[in-house]
Order: sequence, then structure tokens, then C-alpha cells
Amino acid sequence: MSTRLPKGGRLIDRSKSLSFTFSGQPLRGFAGDTLASALLGAGQTMVGRSFKYHRPRGIVASGAEEPNALVGLGRNARFEPDQRTTTTELFEGAETTSQNHWPSLKFDVGAINDKLYRLFPAGFYYKTFMFPRFAWKHVFEPIVRQSAGLGAVPKERDPDRYEQAYAYCDVLVAGGGVAGLAAALKAGRAGKRVIVLEQTPHWGGRAVVDGGQIDGLDAEAWVKDALQKLESMENVTLRNRTMAAGLHDHGYVIGYQSVGDTTPGDGRPRHRLWRIRAGLTITATGAIERPLSFAGNDIPGVMLASAVRDYLVNWAVSCGDRTVVVTNNDDAYRTALALLDAGLAVPAIIDARDMPAGPLVDEARRRGIKVMEGHGITRVLGKTNVTGVEICRQAGEGSVVKQIDCDCVAMSGGWSPVVHLWSHCGGKLTWDEAHAMFRPDTTRPPTGADGGPIAQPVGAANGHLRLSEIMDEAGIGAASDEEGPMAPVWLMPAGAPDALRFKAFLDYQNDVKVSDVQLAAREGYESVEHTKRYTTLGMATDQGKLSNINGLAILSDALGRPIPATGTTTFRPPYTPISFGAVTGEARGEIFQPLRRTPMHEWHEARGAHWEPVGLWRRPYCYPRSGESHRDAVNREITNTRTNVGLLDASTLGKIVVKGPDAGKFLDMLYTNMMSNLAVGKCRYGLMCNENGFLMDDGVVVRLSEDSWLCHTTSGGADRIHAWMEDWLQCEWWDWKVYTANLTEQYAQVAVVGPKARDLLEKLGGMDVSKEALPFMQYVEGTLAGIPARIFRISFSGELSYEIAVPASYGLALWEALNSEGAAFGAMPYGTEALHVMRAEKGFIMIGDETDGTVIPQDLNLNWAISKKKEDFLGKRAMERSHMTDPERWKLVGLETVDGSVLPDGVYAVAEGHNANGQRNVQGRVTSTYYSPTLKRGIAMGLVKHGPERTGEVIDFPGDNGAVHQARIVDPCFYDKDGEKQNV
Amino acid sequence: MSEPVSALNGAKAQGFAQVAEQGLKGMIAIRCDLESKSLAKVVKGMGLSVPAQRRIVTAEGRALAWMSPDELLLLCDYADASGVTAQLAEALAKEHALVTDVSDARALFRVSGEKADQVLMKLCPVDFETLPEGEMRRTRAAQVAAAIWRSGSEELSIICFRSVAGYMMGLLEVSARQGGEIA
Amino acid sequence: MLTLTCPYCGVTAEETELAPGGEAHLKRFGPGSSDEEFESYMFARKNPKGVHFERWRHANGCGKWFLAARCTATLEVFGTYSAQTKEPPADIIAAIKAKRPGWEGYK
Repeated sequence: MSTRLPKGGRLIDRSKSLSFTFSGQPLRGFAGDTLASALLGAGQTMVGRSFKYHRPRGIVASGAEEPNALVGLGRNARFEPDQRTTTTELFEGAETTSQNHWPSLKFDVGAINDKLYRLFPAGFYYKTFMFPRFAWKHVFEPIVRQSAGLGAVPKERDPDRYEQAYAYCDVLVAGGGVAGLAAALKAGRAGKRVIVLEQTPHWGGRAVVDGGQIDGLDAEAWVKDALQKLESMENVTLRNRTMAAGLHDHGYVIGYQSVGDTTPGDGRPRHRLWRIRAGLTITATGAIERPLSFAGNDIPGVMLASAVRDYLVNWAVSCGDRTVVVTNNDDAYRTALALLDAGLAVPAIIDARDMPAGPLVDEARRRGIKVMEGHGITRVLGKTNVTGVEICRQAGEGSVVKQIDCDCVAMSGGWSPVVHLWSHCGGKLTWDEAHAMFRPDTTRPPTGADGGPIAQPVGAANGHLRLSEIMDEAGIGAASDEEGPMAPVWLMPAGAPDALRFKAFLDYQNDVKVSDVQLAAREGYESVEHTKRYTTLGMATDQGKLSNINGLAILSDALGRPIPATGTTTFRPPYTPISFGAVTGEARGEIFQPLRRTPMHEWHEARGAHWEPVGLWRRPYCYPRSGESHRDAVNREITNTRTNVGLLDASTLGKIVVKGPDAGKFLDMLYTNMMSNLAVGKCRYGLMCNENGFLMDDGVVVRLSEDSWLCHTTSGGADRIHAWMEDWLQCEWWDWKVYTANLTEQYAQVAVVGPKARDLLEKLGGMDVSKEALPFMQYVEGTLAGIPARIFRISFSGELSYEIAVPASYGLALWEALNSEGAAFGAMPYGTEALHVMRAEKGFIMIGDETDGTVIPQDLNLNWAISKKKEDFLGKRAMERSHMTDPERWKLVGLETVDGSVLPDGVYAVAEGHNANGQRNVQGRVTSTYYSPTLKRGIAMGLVKHGPERTGEVIDFPGDNGAVHQARIVDPCFYDKDGEKQNV
Repeated sequence: MSEPVSALNGAKAQGFAQVAEQGLKGMIAIRCDLESKSLAKVVKGMGLSVPAQRRIVTAEGRALAWMSPDELLLLCDYADASGVTAQLAEALAKEHALVTDVSDARALFRVSGEKADQVLMKLCPVDFETLPEGEMRRTRAAQVAAAIWRSGSEELSIICFRSVAGYMMGLLEVSARQGGEIA
Repeated sequence: MLTLTCPYCGVTAEETELAPGGEAHLKRFGPGSSDEEFESYMFARKNPKGVHFERWRHANGCGKWFLAARCTATLEVFGTYSAQTKEPPADIIAAIKAKRPGWEGYK
């Protein structure tokens, strides 16, 4: 069993003992531990169960590639599942829980799956859950839902905060090992702006564990020196605990920084997402050791040889008292030697190669380790921990030649450069036969904005697995033990029969075995991408960091073709999972998205307004009084407005000034009707269409002076219409002399509406708003209640109505004055719903209700607003198309239910017969529908085939639950058809 | 009655940097040919000059910023804005020009302190390390448009639209919060 | 995420400051044009894999529209230029030809 050794450990501080729990069991570790080293140090070899078969699993690796040792971390709102113990720093009070078992880690009901493994081959769910069909919903889906998912989902709102930050550099170095540090020194000395990211808390990578000499110094001393030099350079920024998660277009690098992970609740952000723009990204991301595929290679205690070495050297953790090393290369001998140095037993090195040779092999032999050449492991013995291994000839079928008792197996199948960053943005790979690995093809790098490379691999990430090669590439002298050639071993033993292959795991987290990949190949899966999805190989949270190369080697073998012909699956960012919080950054709660407020927003809020979102604005839908439903409030607001006077905050209305010698010509192109001939001081309702002829916005246009107009747009449309104007002015008619300015927010605007509106304005005083001085569809400027104001006499309700625009800073003052002075006249604020009902009572259309992007003005009987004199306007050519002039187009009508009820919104009117899809034919639809308190009945507008010609006809609108609503086609104007009320 | 109020009426927040809405400020958008002699003359009369691309020039409490190839923004006291608007419009009356008082359409913030840059580093895709004094940088802060310049040593000014002043305050307050210093 | 240099304000902006506007150099066909001309103006787009001319607006910036020549496959940017041009200027064409000798040319 694993244990903490009494001395050693580069990274731990034995004077700082930390307590933590594992599934409720109190344990202790040291400052500098990872959760994994602390668990191993405390003797916890088994840490979880696998996803599919619920097999006992232990820690395999010591870094980001760990597939097994995921735990739930924290409690309640701070609980987070699937935290990788090998990269999570231990902190005082950390609460961890094992995953994927019930009722307990030691005794797990789901482990029955392991016995039934023959029932769960590759793609078993595709094969199993097909028939009978009803079984999916009633049997399979509930079972799958129960067992699906890795870890539990936290239920509470995350109390931590997260943030993002932008950074810029010439050179970004991803990886703080010796290759990365050497590259950073070079770039730093050349005066480049350099950022160095290291995903762990520590610098130096493997070299500080494996040893060797760099530039005449111990690796450890050289790293310390290099860091000092880099820290002294103004132009270099070092960030540890920050992973380069992805390399994207034009040198955009995502960095993922752990800031406050180990100090929850101290006010610091938990994570920070760096959004870095780098000229060149140097990928110094190292290499990852590969497991070997033999039966029982997933039993707790079977680990990567490099991990066994890391735990020993960095954290003084012995992963076992007796460790059998199994390898196809020389590097794993370092583990055996390190174990001997620590006084631990290495009963044998099982080397699959026939004639291993070199200084490391010689040293092992010299120190008395039994090296079994040309051998492999038949199977690992043990259930929840390793108890021994059976040894066989690698070339054979697994006949056991010897059994060795041990409690740890250190395996090495060779190394794979970490090519993720290089590959994310299109860097290509080449197969290195000698090391049986894919390495970056530096002749085909990812390219950026100028067509040149945006990434450059160095060190082990560039396929240099020896320290001397790495430093040689960097132009620095170094020495390390020479190593003999490795020999690829994809299955152990080479002729392993079914029984062994069924237990030889490739993807630990997803329980994909050698047999699964071979089955997929037999079933016709040739593409590695398809095989991945069929078998789930490499689809777990570790994204196949350990399994991919072994898996595609097995696939290639099964398909009888070389590995490079099979290729790899796509490397996608992020390198390891990153928190949703970091992706979200500041965008949560109150600042999840911008909320646009009018100057009167707080007033509305204080009066309990019920809000309606309009674009990013919030507008009061209605102002319910205590005990009043929203419907009651809307009805009251309408009745009061039509009887006394109502006040509407119309500040959100778009207001764009268009000025210049060619402004009239320009507006004539933009609007379907004529604006150039509007007299100064007058207002005109106008329509805007897109080039496809469809109605896109409407509003009142005001001529302010000889060469300037004020265009009102819909509330949601101001920015869009302003951009639309600028597009035409900048890109099509750039020789026209026209300037625009979006003044939407410069003015607060209030609609004062109702029979007593004039009385109220006269009481405020300062401007003549009489019928004579300010007739309908005109405007005046002056000072109202001491505030500079423009008053437009326009109406969207059919009542006597004024819209008053004042500088936004005076908006609240005006609004309060209108409310207080208006009390004597029964003034009340009204919301958008009352506005909508009142415009519908008048038969006025609303963009977004009567229009949906496919409606042309003619559909809405607005032919009067389409100029016949103009040679051209935007949308005119489109309206000439046969479909646009088709008399069969649905046209706007009013609709009154036979029984006075309110039609459901959006319902369709059916016609005789069925269409080609067997659906009922339709002949119209409802576009707006309301209860009218004025008429005391439901009113609606809709688009109906031949509608206006069918006035008086009753048509059917099927609703929910078999109900059929009958409505009579009527004139859309329900109220004051002659317009007497607004024109007083 | 009828006193004008800015979007946030001078709201403040203190974190590792100070954030403050600046109350009412006069702002005038000038669209015209920036080569115009009349323009040069009228701004010279204010002690200012027509700024070069992306520059902001200041004098006597006023500033003039280049916003685009045919647009400048003049900053002055709120009380002066309507008068200065009229003065500029008059000076440019014979040319194709549009002068608009946008004082009420905007909000002005200042972020100050030794680490003021860090507050905006978290919100804007801008390389603040290389943003020189005297440059007006138009960009976005999180999800809204912003115009930013160095208005003093260890001080940045930010203009945004009035309606999103509350959102901008929220962004700046959160980004300046204690513990969020970038080491 | 792309970066493009706005030719109007000189800022090298990342894509989040910009708004895309589709293919550049479309010729508008209004009243009097044939159905085929109108269809090509409204709907027919080149959508090439390779050299492409497109419209961008420096929306969170100086507000100006500009044009960019870019390879849709590699995202290489050959240049950005004024929106007030009917077709790509000579220096942009030269820059593309230098990088893509086999390019069939504009139109």
C-alpha cells in the first residue's frame, strides 16, 4: 500500500500539516501536496469507481492526464464534481468525496456491471435500446438517466466570483518546464513582450524530477536561476497555476488561472480567464507517458512509471513497498532506480524489448534488479489493489512463466508529445517511427493573420524526449543519461486472447478496452473519429490524453494499416476542463447583460411597475396597485387615459437626426413614402422596408429645419436603424452629403394622452399648446415647466396626445411634474400593455406583432404610405416581384369573436382541405389580440386571405383542446373611426 | 424645481481602485469635414486644436477628441453645453456639418488609483500597457460601447451611453473589487 | 477570433469590436432591373473557400464600415481598405497575388 516516507519530497512543507477529508474520513497531508499525493500519502490507493463497470480505480498519473482520480470537492454551494485530484492543490479543510458508487466505495451495487461486461460491448446502447420502441421511454431512459453523468451536480448558486482579463504579448510560452523557460529567456533577452504560463504551481517540469545537468548546473539549480533572470526582466510576465487552455485564430490564447481555489471565501476570484493575443505561441507543453495495455492494467496500484517517480521525488510518497516496473523503453528504469534510492523494493523490471541496453539498464542490473527481457504481464492480480503480477513472454499468448508478489506496478508504454495547443488551430502532425509517437510537423504550423506561423513547438512537445536534445534545441549545453531505442508495444502479450483483452483497458474513465476497439473495427468502423464516438474512447473528461494513441494503434492493427494512415482524432480546446464560472466571467446577476434604463426607471420601479423587456430596455408593462391583477391594472390605465389623461414614459423611442443638403433625398430612399416634401415644423408617419421589400420599422418623421429631420424609430429599433442609415451612407451613397446622429438617449420623452392632456400642459405652463398654435401632426419648441422642451402633437392611441421631449437629465423632473400637477386631472401613468391595447383599438399596426419579417406594407393596407411618385426607394424593386403583388397574399383585417371572448394569440384560421403534408389548409392568422376595456369585448387583428373583401364573414380558429374560436372579419379600426378624439 | 441630474448622480465605489460617476458633463458631437478652416478657427478660439487620429487635446477644462474621420467630441461644463453647441453650429453654418448636444445621452466615469488599468483590463479588449496618454480609444467594456482615455496620472476616464450607466457602474465596481488585484 | 485593422481609425481590433456585413462590392439593382439582376444582388453570394472580400463595421469603435480581403480557409488577411470603393484597390489585389499566385482574380 501507498505511504508517506519519513524524509524527502521537493514540494512539501512538513512543518505545515493540513487536514482534509475523503468521503467523511479525516486525513492529513502537507502544504505543497496535491489531493492525489495527500491521498496516496495517507494510504488511500483506491479513490473511485469507473463509469460503466464500476470497477475499483486508483490514481494512475500525477498530472492533467489523470483519468480516474476525480472527486467531488467542497460542500453545498461550493460543491463541485469531477475535480482532478492530481492537479488540485490540497488546502486546509478540503472536503472530498469519491464518485460513481452506491452505497459506498468499498461495496458498490453497480459493480455487478463488471461481471456482466459481455453484455456491455462497444456501442451497447446503440444495439440495446432500439426495440421495442415503448421501452425507451418507460424502461431504458429512466435507467440511463439514473446511471448517467459523472459525479453529482451542485444545486445551489455558486458563491464564488470569477473574472476575465485581456493581455497582449509578442511571445506566449505555454509551459514552464526547462524548454519553456529557455525559450522565455531567449525571447525576453531579445526584448520581446513575453508571457509564460505554467499550469501547475511549480516550475521546471520533468527535469527537476529526473535530474541532469544544464549549462553546468543541476536541473533544479538551473531552473531557479532561470526564474530569477526572468523575474528581473520588465518585459516578461510569469504566471504559474495558469493553463494555456487553447490556441485560437490569429494567435488568441485562452489562459485559465487558478487564483483562489485553495482559499474559498477570501474574496479573491476563484478563477481568472485570460484572453491573450500573442504574436507567437511557443508550445512547451511537454509529453505524457502512455500506459501499457495488459489485463488488469486498471487495478488500483497500477500507475504510470513517471507518476510513481513524481510521487516519490516531489511528495515523498511511496506508491507501494514492492513495485514491478513494466516498460518498453529506458526511461522507466529511472523509476526503478529512484525507488531503490528511497529504499523501496523493485522485484523485477519487465521489459518487453528483447535486448534492452544503455546506461540506465546497466545501472539497474548493476544494482541488482532482475530485468526480464522480452517479457510482459499476463495479468495483474488483485481486486481493489494490486497483489501481484503474472509474467509471460511478450511474444506469446500469455502462458504464465512466473508470478511476482507486488503492491504497485509502474508501467511505461513510451511517451507522446502534448500536441494539443499546436493542433488546436490547424498545426499538423507527423508520425515518428523511432519513438512511436505523433510529433508536430514544423513545416505545417498553424498560421495567423499574416499567413505566417502562430505557434512553435519546443522541447518534449516538439518530440525531444531527452534533456540533452531539449537543451540542444534551445542552444544550451546539457547532459543526461543516454537511452536506447524504445519498441512499440500496443498489447501485452502480443497474442493476448479474448479473456485478457476483455480486461486490458485503453480508456480508464470510460471503460473502453482493447476488445471494444477491435469489435468496432470488425463492425466496420474505419474512421478514428467514428470509432471514438462508437466506443466512447477518448470522450471522457480527460479527452483521451492517455488512451488515444494506444487506441488508434489497436484500431490500425485491427484494420491492417499503419498508424499514420489512421490519424488522430481532433484536438479541441480546452486542454483540460475549465469552469463555467471562468467562461461567464463578470456576466452574472445584475450585470449578466446590460439593462438599459430610462431617466424615469427608478421612479417606475419604486411604484411597483411590472416590467416588460423591450430589447435591453425594461419598460413598465403596467403599474398594478395593491390587490390589483395586471389585467385589472391595464384596464384601469386604458379607461383612465381615454377618460382623463395618461402618462407614458416613451423615452426608449428611437430618435435619429438626419441633416445635410442631401438629407431629403436620403430619407426618400429610406422611407417608402416621401419625406423631402414634409414642411418644416410638421410630422409624418413613415415606413421603412429592407431591400427585400419587407417592413422593418416605422415611426413619425419630423422636419426640424430646411436641411434636418428627426426620425423616430421603434424602441427596439434605434441602434439597428441608425446602423442601417450609416451603412447606406458609407457604403452605397458615400458622395451624398448627409450626417446622422443617434440622439435616442439625449431626450427623455413622455406621452401625455387623453381628453385632459391639454389642460395638464397648460397648467405646467410656458408653451402654447392650443389647437391653433399646435395642430395635429406638428411640433413646437419652447420651455415647459421651466424645462427646455420639444412638443410633438402625435397620437398612437386615438386620443388628444402630446409627446414631450426634454434633455434626459430633466426627464425625471418633467415626469414628476406631470404626475403631481396631473393629479388634479386624474393623471395616471400607463404601461406598454395599455399602449398596445389602445393602438389595437385604433387599428394601428405594431412592428413585431403585425410584422414578422415576411410582411410587406401592402399586406397591412398601408398602400397610402408607399409613394408612387418616387423612382426608387429601398424595397421598391422587391415589391415588384410577382409574389409580392399576388392578390392571394393575406391582408390585415380586424377580428371580433362571435361570443365577445379574446382570441388566443397566434392562432391560425383553417380553410377547407389538407395540404401535401396532411395538415389542414390555413387562410389566416391572428397577429394581435387583446381584451378592450373600452369596447368591453375581445378585439384582434390578423392577416387573412382576401381579408378586406370578406368583411362580415365568420371564420374558424381552432385553439387548444379541440376548441374552435369563431371570429367575424371586421374593419381593424374599432374605436373612433373618424378620428374626432385626437383632433380636438 | 427642475434641476438636471446625471444618470447616477455621482455614484462612487471603492475597491482596489476608486470608481466614480462624474455627474453632469457637457458633451457635444461635431460631425463635419475635419479639415474645415471654420472648425479650426472656432476651436482655436477655445484654446483647442483639431485633434489628429485617435487623439484627445485638452485646454482650460475643455477637451476635444477625435472619434472618427468625420466626428469630434467636445467636452465642457454641462452649463456651457447648449451655448457652445450654438456657437459651433453657427461657426459651421455655411458648411455641411451636424453639431449636436449629447450631454444628456452619455455618462462619464473615472477610475483612479495605482491599479486603475487593471479594472479596465478585465473589461476591454485593449492593450492598456501600450495605450498612450492623449489617445481616445473607442472600444467596448464587456457588452457595451465605451470611449476611454488617460485623463490623469493613474486615472482613466470612460464615456458610455446614459441608459447603461448602471451596467457600467456594476462592471467597474465588480472589476475593482478587493481581492481582484492582478499580481 | 479574428483581428482586423480598421483603416479609418487605425485600431487593430479583435472581432468583438466588429460587426460582420457579408460580401463586399455587391452592385445594387433597383427598379428597372431584371429579375436575374435583382436575384443576384439580393441572394447570390460567392461564398468561396479561399480569397474573399467582405464588409466589416468597427461597431464598438469608430463606427465606420470598411472592407477586408481575407482567406476563408486559413483566415489570412491580405488587407483592409475603404468602404468607398467599387472594387478592390490595386495594392490589395497585388498583395493577394503575391500570397496566392494561383488565385483566379477578382470577379
